[in-house]
Amino acid sequence: MSRPTHAELARVVRDHAGRLAASLVHLVGDFTAAEDLVQDAVEAALTHWPVEGIPERPDAWLYTVARRRGLDQLRREQRHRQKLALVAWPPEPQPDDRLRLIFTCCHPALPRAAQVALTLRVVCGLTTAQIARAFLVPESTVGQRITRAKRKISEAGIPYRIPSPDDLGSRLAEVLAVIYLLFNEGYLSTGGDRAQSRDLADDAEFLAALLHQLMPTEPEVAGLLALIRLHRARASARFDHNDEIVQLQHQDRSRWDHQAINDAGRLIARAAAQKRPGSYQVQAAIVACHAEAARWEDTDWAQIAVLYDMLLHLAPSPVARLHRAIALRYVTGSSAALAEVDALAGDLNDYHLFHATRAELLRDVGDAARARAADERALALAANPAERSLLRQRLTWA
Amino acid sequence: MKYVLLFVDTEQFAADLAAMDEPERERAYARVRQWFADHHDRITHHTHLMPPDTATTLRLDRGEPLVSDGPFVEGKEIVSGYAEIDVADLDEALRIARSWPACPVVEIRPVAG
Repeated sequence: MSRPTHAELARVVRDHAGRLAASLVHLVGDFTAAEDLVQDAVEAALTHWPVEGIPERPDAWLYTVARRRGLDQLRREQRHRQKLALVAWPPEPQPDDRLRLIFTCCHPALPRAAQVALTLRVVCGLTTAQIARAFLVPESTVGQRITRAKRKISEAGIPYRIPSPDDLGSRLAEVLAVIYLLFNEGYLSTGGDRAQSRDLADDAEFLAALLHQLMPTEPEVAGLLALIRLHRARASARFDHNDEIVQLQHQDRSRWDHQAINDAGRLIARAAAQKRPGSYQVQAAIVACHAEAARWEDTDWAQIAVLYDMLLHLAPSPVARLHRAIALRYVTGSSAALAEVDALAGDLNDYHLFHATRAELLRDVGDAARARAADERALALAANPAERSLLRQRLTWA
Repeated sequence: MKYVLLFVDTEQFAADLAAMDEPERERAYARVRQWFADHHDRITHHTHLMPPDTATTLRLDRGEPLVSDGPFVEGKEIVSGYAEIDVADLDEALRIARSWPACPVVEIRPVAG
C-alpha cells in the first residue's frame, strides 16, 4: 500500500466517519457514547494510515477499532455494557442516517460555534486538533465547546431525529447557515496568515452535497450547493503566485472550471423550477451571472441588479444593499451608486468592503482625496492578509 | 422527560397589559387559559406568581439570616410563573413553548434527576 496524501486521508475519513457515527448511534442508542467511539477510531486511523496505507475497506477498519474501543470501555463503564455488547461485526447495513446526525449537531438550542465544531467532528470526522487549526483557536477551546454541547444534548434532551414537518423549514435554515459559515470561513478566512484554508471549503461542499443527496427536493439545499460550487469553480483564479487577490475583472477566466459552472447552472435551474425561491438560490443565481459571462465586459449587470432586488426582498441586509449598489454602478452609473452606498454609512461604518467600495466610486467621480481616505479606512478594518495587501497596493498606486 | 417552562415578564409586557381595557385583558387571559387547556395532558403542574414587589428575600450565607424586601434579582425581566411539562424531548418542549400566548420570554429548563 502506498502512503496516502493528506487530502486522500481527509477524504476517506470524511466519507466514512459520519456513516460510522450514525450507525453507532443507532446501535448504542446514545449520541455521546457513539461520538466518542468514532473519535477514537478516527484518531487511530490518522496514526496508522499515513504509515500503513489506507486499508481496502476503511469502513470495516474504522468499525472494528470503534467496536474494540467500545468493548474496552465496557470494563470501565457499566452503564453502556448492555448496549455495546449488542454491537457486532459485521454490522447490519443501515440506511444512510447522517441526516439525523446533521440535524442534531445543528440544533438551535446549541450555540453556533458548537454547532459548527460538532458538525465537523461528528459528520465530517475532523479531530478536535484539526478544527482548532482550521479556526485558529486553542484546541482546549474547541474541546470545551464540544464537551459542553454533548452534555447539553444529553441533559437537555435534544432529540436524535429529523424535525417534524412543522419545524423542518426553520431547522433546515439553521443547518444551511452552519454550512454557509463553514464555507465562508474556508473560502476567505478572516484570521491568521493563510488567505485560503481549502479544507473547510471542501468540507462545506461535502456537507452541502450530502444534504442535497439526502434531501433532493429542497431547493435551498440545491441553491447553497450551487453557490459553493460556483465560488470554488473560480477559486484557482482568485489568487496570483504571490497569494495576492486578483479582482474579478482581472481574473483569467480560462482558469475557471467551466464544467463545474455549467453543472451548477443546471442545479439552479432545477431548483428554480420548484418555484420556492430562497436567498441561497438567488445568491447562486447572482454568482452564476458572473461565472457565465465570457468576459468582464459581458457581465449582465441589469440582471444582477434585479436579482439583488429579489435578495433584498427575501433577506434584507445592509451588505446585500451594498452589493446591489456595486451592480448599479454599471447600470445607472457611479454617482447613483455612490448615493446608495452613502446611505449605508450608519449600518456599515465598520465594514471594510463598505469603505473599499466607496473609495472606488469616489475615484470614478473624480474625488481622489476622499477616495484615498476611504481606502485608508478600509485598510484599517480589513483582517484578511490578502485583502489588506490588495488595499495597500491601491493606496500605493492610486 | 420533564422540563420547567419559566415565564418571564418584561416591563414592556406589564405596561401593555396595564394599558388594556377590561374586555381586552379578559381576552388575553382567555388565550392563556386556552393554552393550558390545549396542553393539559403534558402539564404536570403550574403556578402564577404574585408581582415581585410582594417578594421577600432571605440570605443565609452571611452569618445571621438576613431578611430583605423585594426579589433576589432586581431586573427588568422577572419570572412570573412556571409550568412543568412531561414530554418526549426538547423539540416537543419547544413546540409547546412556542405557542405560549402571554409574556414574551420563556426559559426551558430540564428537571434534574
